[in-house]
Amino acid sequence: MDRDILLSIKGLRIDGRSGDAWHPIVKGVDLTLHRGEVLGLIGESGAGKSTLGLAAMGFARDGCRISGGTIDFDGIDLRTAPEATRRSLRGKRIAYVAQSAAASFNPAHRLIGQYCEGPVVHGVMSREKAEGDAVDLYRRMRLPNPEDIGFRYPHQVSGGQLQRAMTAMAMSCRPDLIIFDEPTTALDVTTQIEVLAAIRDIVRQFGTAAIYITHDLAVVAQMADRIKVLLRGDEVEEADTRSMLAAPREEYTRSLWAVRSFARPEQPPGRGTPVVSVRNVTAGYGAVDVLRNVSFDIHARRTVAVVGESGSGKSTTARVITGLLPPRKGQVLMGGKTLPPGFKGRSRDELRQCQMIYQMADTALNPRLRLRELIGRPAEMYLGLTGKALEARIRDLLALIELEPDTYIDRLPSELSGGQKQRIGIARALAAEPQLIICDEVTSALDQIVQEGILKLLDRLQGELNLACMFITHDLATVKSIADEVVVMQQGVVVEHGPKAALFADPKQDYTRLLLSSVPEMDPDWLNRLLAARGEDA
Amino acid sequence: MTGLWRMIGQRLLLGMLTLFIISVVIFGATELLPGDLARELLGQSATEETLAALREQLGLNDPAPVRYWNWLTGVLQGDFGLSMATQKPISELVGARLGNTLFLALYAAALSIPLSLLLGVLAALWRNSVFDRASNALALTAISFPEFFVAYILILWLAQTGLFPSMVRITGATTTGDLLYSAFLPALTLTLVVTAHMMRMTRAAIINLLASPYIEMARLKGMSPMRVVLRHAVPNALAPIINVVALNLAYLITGVVVVEVVFVYPGLGQLMIDAVTNRDIPVVQAIALIFAAAYVLLNLLADVLSTVTNPRLMHRT
Repeated sequence: MDRDILLSIKGLRIDGRSGDAWHPIVKGVDLTLHRGEVLGLIGESGAGKSTLGLAAMGFARDGCRISGGTIDFDGIDLRTAPEATRRSLRGKRIAYVAQSAAASFNPAHRLIGQYCEGPVVHGVMSREKAEGDAVDLYRRMRLPNPEDIGFRYPHQVSGGQLQRAMTAMAMSCRPDLIIFDEPTTALDVTTQIEVLAAIRDIVRQFGTAAIYITHDLAVVAQMADRIKVLLRGDEVEEADTRSMLAAPREEYTRSLWAVRSFARPEQPPGRGTPVVSVRNVTAGYGAVDVLRNVSFDIHARRTVAVVGESGSGKSTTARVITGLLPPRKGQVLMGGKTLPPGFKGRSRDELRQCQMIYQMADTALNPRLRLRELIGRPAEMYLGLTGKALEARIRDLLALIELEPDTYIDRLPSELSGGQKQRIGIARALAAEPQLIICDEVTSALDQIVQEGILKLLDRLQGELNLACMFITHDLATVKSIADEVVVMQQGVVVEHGPKAALFADPKQDYTRLLLSSVPEMDPDWLNRLLAARGEDA
Repeated sequence: MTGLWRMIGQRLLLGMLTLFIISVVIFGATELLPGDLARELLGQSATEETLAALREQLGLNDPAPVRYWNWLTGVLQGDFGLSMATQKPISELVGARLGNTLFLALYAAALSIPLSLLLGVLAALWRNSVFDRASNALALTAISFPEFFVAYILILWLAQTGLFPSMVRITGATTTGDLLYSAFLPALTLTLVVTAHMMRMTRAAIINLLASPYIEMARLKGMSPMRVVLRHAVPNALAPIINVVALNLAYLITGVVVVEVVFVYPGLGQLMIDAVTNRDIPVVQAIALIFAAAYVLLNLLADVLSTVTNPRLMHRT
């Protein structure tokens, strides 16, 4: 056997329980990892990436069981080893970095206490030594104030910093292998770069092997030496990163590569009265102004993408337009008429004209209502439809979002896939026959292939129904494919605003340039070049 | 820290307001009680003239708002007035009994809180095991029987065999050791009554957290199940646990009448029952107000402790 092989998984099968039945999640996957090597695991949600990653630690989540195959970690069979042996490896020789650091740090303890727990309990080093070591690793992860940041509680530290602190924690026992489970998915693009660079450096410095799980091809291209593509628990193909990117063998892999090809034809510039016009709006919560002097227009058939990092005021702008948050200064005009500031002052017809679609269709749909009621209510409330007319309208709407009315009309949201739920969110907004729809990160929680379906649907509907659309997102690839105009926001201010083509080709503001250059590209050398370029600037 | 003090101040003011409203309700409710104190004191043979004279002397003829005002101003100065039945100051009468009641409540709390926390943590750790099911079943059985039944069973088992006394006698010469011994059965009865509630809340609060990502993280760091529960789950489950403990403490102070009667324990509950039978309205009012204050204070304490143990509320930035 090859002495360099650290982890060898053969014919691994993992089942998940639904009710009384077990159904396969991972269906006989092989995986080999050498010392110091980084393997990228890529696939859509439901591909079994996380389950496979956890299995590499000999761990199965509650409701899952490892039902076949072998997991050989450095000569130890993790399937047959006693739990005590597995526990002694976890955290010490195999560590884990979770997707959401904010949820995966214990809110009751300081960061440094959680850092030291592993080394102290596993007997690797004393508490004092571990604390000193933590500061050193925090510094290497380029965290601000490495001496003090450990003494903060998780809620006092930003998401990007927490993700780096978690990587430092995973490194605390100098493991042989780290599982990174979508570590940057929840972060803004500008933050993502810093975390990616820090992770890559530290993994190289210590020669740690890693399994890097993600759904983002461009990210994995920067991080991995080899890539394995998974689809519904099966391996599609595996190759080293450069040859996989240059020449994917399988149809499915090529389809993953091609997703971002959809481009909505640009609409003619708006003329006449804009559908909605935001004028010099200043708004906020408590004593803080979250928005300062924000202005932009949206014309019929046009899509205005509002982009920016979390906390830049994108969603707050939507709340001002819908009247959920009355502005302190400025107004919102609908069809040239000033709207009352709060939704309570608006007439039903004014409310009807502007509808929201939310990011999390899961939480935005009442789980107890059938689609008939979910879509029917706004039609009944705003348009006064009843009886046969209402039924016909619901069926029309379902047909409009490409769901077969007879099959779906009496289903509950729990009986739908993520993409279908988001379609229901769209149908519910359209039921009111609005002039403006506000899409708040509607595709962020979806797989790329599903995203494309939703974007195409929105494009078609917008053309057919003459809708104006405000599209809030942090994903610049989506902006590229659907926007006519782009509004770039930072800390509550519009820093740049213009037609998409001009803005992408020739950004005028530093912040826009930073944002655009931070979007990962499919080229494995992209991160190196970017860091080199930024290094020269600095 | 200033935020915490401000919160305590606000809650104290709100608590006073609550107590004021309760005092109105108590006064109004005792007004509704049937019967005539003067006739109760003088007996059936009293003449109308003597009854009228006594009513005048006790101020029973004043309109209700006047009597309420006189009562309230007295209470605010710590003067609950005289017991109508015994003509002794109520504060004296209630004081000794309150001490006894607090002793029994603390005794029962000292037994039941560690027991239910331990059982709750272990049940969460070994959930769905035989231990979990057995402790749940036992705790539920204990809470399902009426208190007096539990008390008599304990007397049958532990007092008839001569292990513990079935009656509590408190005199000036009683030492704390004697008291702990003789009050063991009432304390044990109360323990059996309140343990189920606290234990099940502890278990549920911990299990509720076990699906959190940070618990999975702790397991993936190779921590033992016991450490995961004690260090990672319990600190985050404290708020609901503290609240249910406070509610049960309040119950131990205010709800122990039946147990006091069974064991002839000289506590506030017995005094209240006696006062009701004697139509001794001022005593009833005083005790009701003390019970209300116990609830308000314990809930305040629970809120403060929940805040102090939550870093997100203590370390805002």
